[in-house]
Amino acid sequence: MDILINIFLSFFKIGAFSFGGGYAMLPILQDEIIQNHQWLSGKEFVNVLAIAQMTPGPIAINSATFLGYKLDGFVGAFTATTAVILPSLIIVLTIAHFLNKFKNSKYVEWAFKGIRPVVLGLIASAAFFVGKDTFIDIKSVIIALGVFYVVGVKKLHPILAIVGAGLVGVLVY
Amino acid sequence: MILLKMFITFLKIGAFTFGGGYAMIPLIQAEVVDVNKWLTYEEFIDTVVIAQSAPGAIAVNVSVFVGYRIKKTLGAIVCTLAVVIPSFVVILTIAVFFYKFKDNAIVEKIFLGIGPAVVALISTAVLRFSKGIELNKVTLMISIVTIVAVALLNVNPIFIIVLAGVCGAGLYRIKRATKNG
Repeated sequence: MDILINIFLSFFKIGAFSFGGGYAMLPILQDEIIQNHQWLSGKEFVNVLAIAQMTPGPIAINSATFLGYKLDGFVGAFTATTAVILPSLIIVLTIAHFLNKFKNSKYVEWAFKGIRPVVLGLIASAAFFVGKDTFIDIKSVIIALGVFYVVGVKKLHPILAIVGAGLVGVLVY
Repeated sequence: MILLKMFITFLKIGAFTFGGGYAMIPLIQAEVVDVNKWLTYEEFIDTVVIAQSAPGAIAVNVSVFVGYRIKKTLGAIVCTLAVVIPSFVVILTIAVFFYKFKDNAIVEKIFLGIGPAVVALISTAVLRFSKGIELNKVTLMISIVTIVAVALLNVNPIFIIVLAGVCGAGLYRIKRATKNG
């Protein structure tokens, strides 16, 4: 029971504070999962991310389901997924209800002026955290540069890039 | 009846959007605005703006909001459930197999290759996001301070988000006070 409560609280927190979608929540996830609870090692975390990225649906939800399953089977997966969605449901419903007040509030506008650059910093930190655990040799750095080029510059679909990187992994390691 | 239609539509959206977040928006727009005409284009744009500013997954936020617009709270719950169910089922299936095969030598090599690709994908997100916000001396400084605090000094990211939001709102209050006084 204790583990379920911990799963619920951790993922509720992650859901409530992940602005900017997907990657910006990684440092929060990292903080909760790896540092506070030591539920995963950094390397395992990267594997979960790769899977979350390749499967349909939002990355935050996918990683919640996966980690929940790892920690406590089906019940864990269900608990983590519900917990990560619940803040969205509550907050967006509240906003929808007070839509005009929210849209015209200068305070909200200025709060987000402050939060947006933080989100940018959080995404960059996510790259740093994941890089720390994956850059094991020069080959891995070359793979990263290659993927950055084909996705960032050549606009290749990210899923194709992941599949390609997996194939390269089999060939060079 | 409309609830069933909403459920099936969002089930489809959840099942066919890979890569999360922004990748889902064009598909949601096609279904909600073009095919079913539940929202006008302007209403949809409003929805996306709100989905981006609220915390949580963008796709889920859009589903909650669109559901609410069509059929209030019940609609919001139906759309949210529907959009989440496909990834829940897929991930559970993968998780079951992953823990059987993760020590397989080939699977390990595949993930050694994929790891750096994930770093690269996150870096492209940094690039994309930085184009979307006003970058000036102040905002760039905030971003850099965030990176140093979170990545190097292990400061809790939630603390920085709350601090930045409070400072932003506080700054507006000061601005307004000095203008009036």
